[in-house]
Amino acid sequence: MTAPWTADEEPQVYAVERSGDLVHVRQAIRALAQRCGLSLVDQTKMITAASELARNTLTYGGGGTVRAGLVSANSRRGVGAVFEDTGPGIPDVEQAMTDGWTSGGGLGLGLSGAKRLVDDFRLRTAPGEGTAVTIIKWAR
Amino acid sequence: MVKRDNAVDLVGLLSVEGQDLAASWVGEVTGSLGGRVGAAELNRELRELYEALVEALRKGATDVHSEHMSEVRAHLTELSRNRARQGFSPSETAVSVFALKRVLEPVLEKGTADEIRAYLRLARILDSLGLFTIETYTQTRDELITAQAEQLLELSTPVVRLWDGVIAVPLVGTLDSARTQVVMEKLLQALVDTGSEQAIIDITGVPAVDTQVAQHLLKTIVAARLMGAECTVSGISPQIAQTIVALGIEFDGIVTKASLADALKLALRRSGVDLVAHTGAQR
Repeated sequence: MTAPWTADEEPQVYAVERSGDLVHVRQAIRALAQRCGLSLVDQTKMITAASELARNTLTYGGGGTVRAGLVSANSRRGVGAVFEDTGPGIPDVEQAMTDGWTSGGGLGLGLSGAKRLVDDFRLRTAPGEGTAVTIIKWAR
Repeated sequence: MVKRDNAVDLVGLLSVEGQDLAASWVGEVTGSLGGRVGAAELNRELRELYEALVEALRKGATDVHSEHMSEVRAHLTELSRNRARQGFSPSETAVSVFALKRVLEPVLEKGTADEIRAYLRLARILDSLGLFTIETYTQTRDELITAQAEQLLELSTPVVRLWDGVIAVPLVGTLDSARTQVVMEKLLQALVDTGSEQAIIDITGVPAVDTQVAQHLLKTIVAARLMGAECTVSGISPQIAQTIVALGIEFDGIVTKASLADALKLALRRSGVDLVAHTGAQR
């Protein structure tokens, strides 16, 4: 998936290989959200969504990368992030997006919850080819 | 025996008649460290290293990992570890080794072709010794960081007694599995130690509650309940409340309060304590 980067700067890439890396991702998203001028509620929502997806990248995708940066479209500004892994992919997307369904030991709300927390959510996956999730939160 | 000759060349380079190369080396390093290591200590460190190096070269060592270099490696490890603990930068640490090359540089101008060849061979050995120093330095720093992270884990989860039978855990920062484990253990132990029946988990200092944090909280609360204690979660800010709703996390059957003060009031009421305000009372 080509990322929707139309902002003036290149997105930063963060590795997600250990659970400690999640802290860096959260901090990076927080910094972007503050620069973008998101409200405190929207900041928290974006950070939480990023935390969920980054953890999925690590736990189910076996590690990967996060690309995050400021985006703009139709004179709106926002924070965008792409979570990519080359793991096993998601065999049944509909099932994975169902509240309460988990293939691991979690609450089963990470993927579906993250979708509700952000404005734009795109998921691209194929069995054996990894998963890429793109999220955007627009400033109001 | 070519190798033997090489060794003699290298040793010859390091032990010039009538010259105290070790002293020049110490001088060179002292300048680069800006007096932050004691002169006597530095002198001892480098002279021991120097003697070990000459001895290793005499035995024909050509590489930092060779058997004859074991003593040199031991000295270098000690040096790197000390520098790392004292807060020197990697360059300031490695310069101790590379300074020896600078001390020997005059050979390049005045020396014979053989001596120059010997210098180049020695330079290569010193380069690998320098890299070894940096590796050890990094290792030590990593160990320090790990130790500090563990200390932080311990420090950041105090259990405080608010009242007879009421304890609280103020959580600050990120809740991961390792920390939750520590929090849970401390909380449960404190319930036993203080004979408390009310526990308050305050998450004012937790910046974001995602599904994993929520799951950890729920587990801790269930564990406390199994021990007969009632748990209240306090410090839920407006943005965290909205995030939890959007995520769809259910906090069914768990009492939550906006502030620690509210949670304490509730805990006191549950333990049968009445707070009475005296009108006009001044203390």
